[in-house]
Amino acid sequence: MLDVILLGVAALIGLGITGALWPRLPQANVIVYGGSLIVSAVLAGAGLLDQLRPSSGAVAALSLPMGLPWVEVHFRVDLLSGFFAVLLNFAGALISLFALGYGRHDAEPRRVLPFYPAYLGMMNLVLVADDAFAFLLSWETMSIVSWLLVLANHRQEGNARAAFIYLLMASFGTLALLFAFGLLAGAEGGYSFAAMRAGTPDAWAAGFVVILALIGAGSKAGLVPLHVWLPLAHPAAPSHVSALMSGVMTKIAIYGFIRIVFDLVGAPQQWWWGGMIMCVGAISAVLGILYALMERDLKTLLAYSTVENVGIIMIGLGLSLAFRASGVPEYAALPFVAALFHALNHALFKSLLFCSAGAVLTATGVRDLERLGGLIHRMPRTAVVALVGCFAIAGLPPLNGFASEWMMFQAVFTSPSLPQPLLKLIVPLAGVALVLAAALAAACFVRLYGVLFLSRPRTAQAAAASEVEPTMTVAMGLLATLCLCLGALPALAVKLIDPLAAAIVGAGLPSGAGWLFLAPVVGELNSYSGIIVLAVMTGFGLLVVLLAHRLGTSRLRRSAPWDCGFPSSDPATQYSASSFAQPLRRVFATVVFRANETVDMPDPGETRAASFKLGLWDPAWRLIFDPCARLIGFLADRFNAMQFMTIRRYLSLMFAALIVLLFAVAATAQ
Amino acid sequence: MSPSLLGQLDYSAAHLFSAMVLLGSFAMIYQRRMVGMFNAFAFQAFALAAAAAWQAYIQEAHHLYVTAAMALLLKGLLIPFALRVIVRRLDIHRSIEVVIGIGVTMLVGIGLVALSALLVMPVTAGAAATTREDLALALSVVLIGLLIMISRRNAVTQVIGFMSMENGLILAVIGVAGMPLVVEMSVAFAVLVAFIIFGLFFFRIRERFDSLDVHYLETFRGERR
Amino acid sequence: MTAALLQVAQIALVVLLAPLMTGLVRLIKARLLGRRGPPLLQPYRDLTRLLRKDAVLAANASWLFRAAPYFVFALTWLAASLVPGVTAVLALAPTADLIALIAILASARFLLALAGMDVGTSFGGIGSSREMLIAALAEPAMLMVTFTVALVAKSTSLSEIARFIIGGGVGLEVSLALALMAVLMVAIAENGRVPVDNPATHLELTMVHEAMVLEYSGRHLAMIEAASMLKLLTYASMIACIFVPWGMAVEATPHALLLGLVTYVAKLAAAAVLLAVFETSIAKMRVFRVAEFLGGALMLSLIATIVRLMSEGL
Repeated sequence: MLDVILLGVAALIGLGITGALWPRLPQANVIVYGGSLIVSAVLAGAGLLDQLRPSSGAVAALSLPMGLPWVEVHFRVDLLSGFFAVLLNFAGALISLFALGYGRHDAEPRRVLPFYPAYLGMMNLVLVADDAFAFLLSWETMSIVSWLLVLANHRQEGNARAAFIYLLMASFGTLALLFAFGLLAGAEGGYSFAAMRAGTPDAWAAGFVVILALIGAGSKAGLVPLHVWLPLAHPAAPSHVSALMSGVMTKIAIYGFIRIVFDLVGAPQQWWWGGMIMCVGAISAVLGILYALMERDLKTLLAYSTVENVGIIMIGLGLSLAFRASGVPEYAALPFVAALFHALNHALFKSLLFCSAGAVLTATGVRDLERLGGLIHRMPRTAVVALVGCFAIAGLPPLNGFASEWMMFQAVFTSPSLPQPLLKLIVPLAGVALVLAAALAAACFVRLYGVLFLSRPRTAQAAAASEVEPTMTVAMGLLATLCLCLGALPALAVKLIDPLAAAIVGAGLPSGAGWLFLAPVVGELNSYSGIIVLAVMTGFGLLVVLLAHRLGTSRLRRSAPWDCGFPSSDPATQYSASSFAQPLRRVFATVVFRANETVDMPDPGETRAASFKLGLWDPAWRLIFDPCARLIGFLADRFNAMQFMTIRRYLSLMFAALIVLLFAVAATAQ
Repeated sequence: MSPSLLGQLDYSAAHLFSAMVLLGSFAMIYQRRMVGMFNAFAFQAFALAAAAAWQAYIQEAHHLYVTAAMALLLKGLLIPFALRVIVRRLDIHRSIEVVIGIGVTMLVGIGLVALSALLVMPVTAGAAATTREDLALALSVVLIGLLIMISRRNAVTQVIGFMSMENGLILAVIGVAGMPLVVEMSVAFAVLVAFIIFGLFFFRIRERFDSLDVHYLETFRGERR
Repeated sequence: MTAALLQVAQIALVVLLAPLMTGLVRLIKARLLGRRGPPLLQPYRDLTRLLRKDAVLAANASWLFRAAPYFVFALTWLAASLVPGVTAVLALAPTADLIALIAILASARFLLALAGMDVGTSFGGIGSSREMLIAALAEPAMLMVTFTVALVAKSTSLSEIARFIIGGGVGLEVSLALALMAVLMVAIAENGRVPVDNPATHLELTMVHEAMVLEYSGRHLAMIEAASMLKLLTYASMIACIFVPWGMAVEATPHALLLGLVTYVAKLAAAAVLLAVFETSIAKMRVFRVAEFLGGALMLSLIATIVRLMSEGL
């Protein structure tokens, strides 16, 4: 498997070079995206077979004499990286298929084509890296390539700033990971993962590593408050790249987190890690979806919803860690499996939704929700797949988002077996955050779908939209089908993840429920079956349609809308995205975002226009990043003075530094 | 007195009454109307009386019946009635002005209950189950009383918060076997005196500022502009 | 085999009883207000009349608008047939536990809220938006209720919970009492009853559910009306199943089943009477007060959880 992945990475980089050398070739688009599709599909297929093989516990490792002269570069594939490789390449293949159609509408393909396959390749490389150098190198390259992709439309207002903030946060995250690896490697500098696994850091160092991993991987995955780059950068990239960034790269960050915290840190586990991670996850989940509810830009909304889903995944991981640290691994498996299952589901439905956003963008050129509407009539196929995506992401049965959230709830319900009183109280609260996030997500996606696809077109662009080409709809259709399949038969996905849980947390799920039911709790009869819900729902639906038409009438008339007798033909009188969010804003955002509405109503006889202003206050920016930026600006101004000194002063500064360092050496030598 | 000796019903009824006292505190947080708040306070006093009577019965401590009667008559009937009279006489606004929103206050209240549980449960590990839970619930009633005092503006509601704190203290006292009556008597007396003083005080503030909003007091002292 | 037969019987029973329960609520409410009120069987007549009428669609209504009522009804019907009423022996009982049951109802609401947005009228939008607000507030409370019940009964499966409680596993349990209060508040909000919403008004700006379905007519409206009747029955059965399961048949013997049927109907009738009395004695509240009402439900359920955790020694 390892050699297949490495060959795949080489092929993808080759495709990238092709794209860089001959971007003007008429078929460059087809070559690059078609090639990425084939490579990803092969990798996905091979990976899936490998995961499902009975002997799949086997680990493949390889060292190549590259990089720094005295170390080799290590690569390795185990169950964990294998699972994430399957996730990455499945989504990657379908997104590449989508890109075959979407890329044709790209304004500047030269800025995308070389980097898209390289981006896929680098994400694969992160998964197989087996030492700190290889990991950080591929991680950072992945960041830089995606930064270049964010810059693809750099002339558009705001994109340059988005890319700058992204680069800053990515570097910050890598720095945190660098320190984490440094602490793990210890004084001897064992930078291979095998050496780290063997070593046992003392308690405080391990605690620091967990916090640094949370910062490093969390900034990539978009945990609050390190999420600020994500709603800027993800929408700035072309939509298929946004799908990769939001749907897939956040999962690579989750992989990095699991690799460090569950695998490398090793033995001295402490329960407060789990508690801390759960709290961060819960805050991210609720705040992320609240941000999304306030947002009116289609792609930014989806990016914020990624923050929510990453929070949900983190709640599961934190709970699993808490169980493992408390010495009850049989309960640790359930939240772990739920978290990874949710990661897989999110990769599918978020890719699907970003692709739908791309389709809408292709058809209308508009991202503002307030300027769209009625697309279900103009883009019927996109509307169907987007409906599946909205159902899945809102966590509703019988789709896949519900299956993983249901498992998460079951995991929360096992929390009384934790020994720590504080955790026993935190976990139910995390459960409340989880269900609040799910319910708000339902509201958020009713709003998205209702304003985007339903209702009447709000502008001429929306009214003139037409359905996108078949490659795009086929790719989205496949993603939607996968969502439906995993929702109907979640037990299959759980079977894929279960051996992984056994390897990482030391126990698997109780088996025996078969493929029809999910019954993941030790010794309990709680169960859920997606396929029965789907089948009975469809059966009842058909029966009812039949009965209603047979018993009653099937006559149908069309007329103007009723609307309590006062229908208005002006589409501006409809409920808009902002007005839909108004009740939720009043209830939740007045506290969190200090939302305030000001209405300026001119007196009778005045000729100026009335105005409505909505003020939102972003806590992450106002409380953390703006003060940081001010501090750095202030310091930079002070240091600026050093640019205008005489030679003699520069020399004296150097002399002072030298003397201080010599003193330090003398002092430590004592 | 271990739970096994206590019998299932004894334990669960005691538990039920203590939880009802706590519920009374939350009902006070939830209320937006002055009269509703008086009712909630009366409800809490009734629950307290029931809790005291039940403890008197199961501990066979007859002086607790006096406590129960005092809670019932004084706090359940007399003080709410007096408060109503005051509100009517002073013609105060009948809605309650909040400093912190009701939803947030309720969340903080839940946090306080959790905090009390976390504090009391470990340090009383050896005691009987009823006593432990009783103490935890009592501590949260006291804390929520304080919360009501700081999150509501009107002087009348502040007094109610104060008296609900005292209910929490009584709840703690009745749960512990062998506490003498004199303690409760003196606490109750102190509260009564405090209530009378507060009542006089209301008239004075009202005379001066035409309102019972304590915000005016702060302005008067020059703390706020 | 017995379980499958009983399941089919349950599926038929709920759909037959639901309009009767709504009719009973309406009748008692009318009597309490001093009116004579509609006959008990009026809801059945309303439904058949609606089925016979032409469906009038807005010119720009999409396929989703036409399909939604059937799916809403199917999902609600599914939920109703999964709640043990007469008996806990049901073939489909493992399909969904309490959490999944709530989520199935949430799916129905999601579709209905979408349908409310479809025609692009302001009434539909206002209804959808408020419905989703109420759901967002009610679901956390419902989850905590489920959590408390699961702490007591060690299961989230409704038939297991019923068996546990019938088996005498609990005495007077404070946490369950608090959870009951919370779930009653949630049920009132979810079913759009007074004081959260008023099922009897059609032209009031504070309305939620009725505004959302304003554009529907004919058989589509019949589906939606029937679905909301079924939903009321589902919540009543669910509360009865968790908090007063006595009388329900745990074994499938004829005698037990007969007793189960009688007690089930009696419980539903009692629920209808209590609901009518409650609705008549209280005034409708402002929409933004609903947030506090449901916040109160969440608070009750959280206290229930903490109290339960405390009695387990934390």
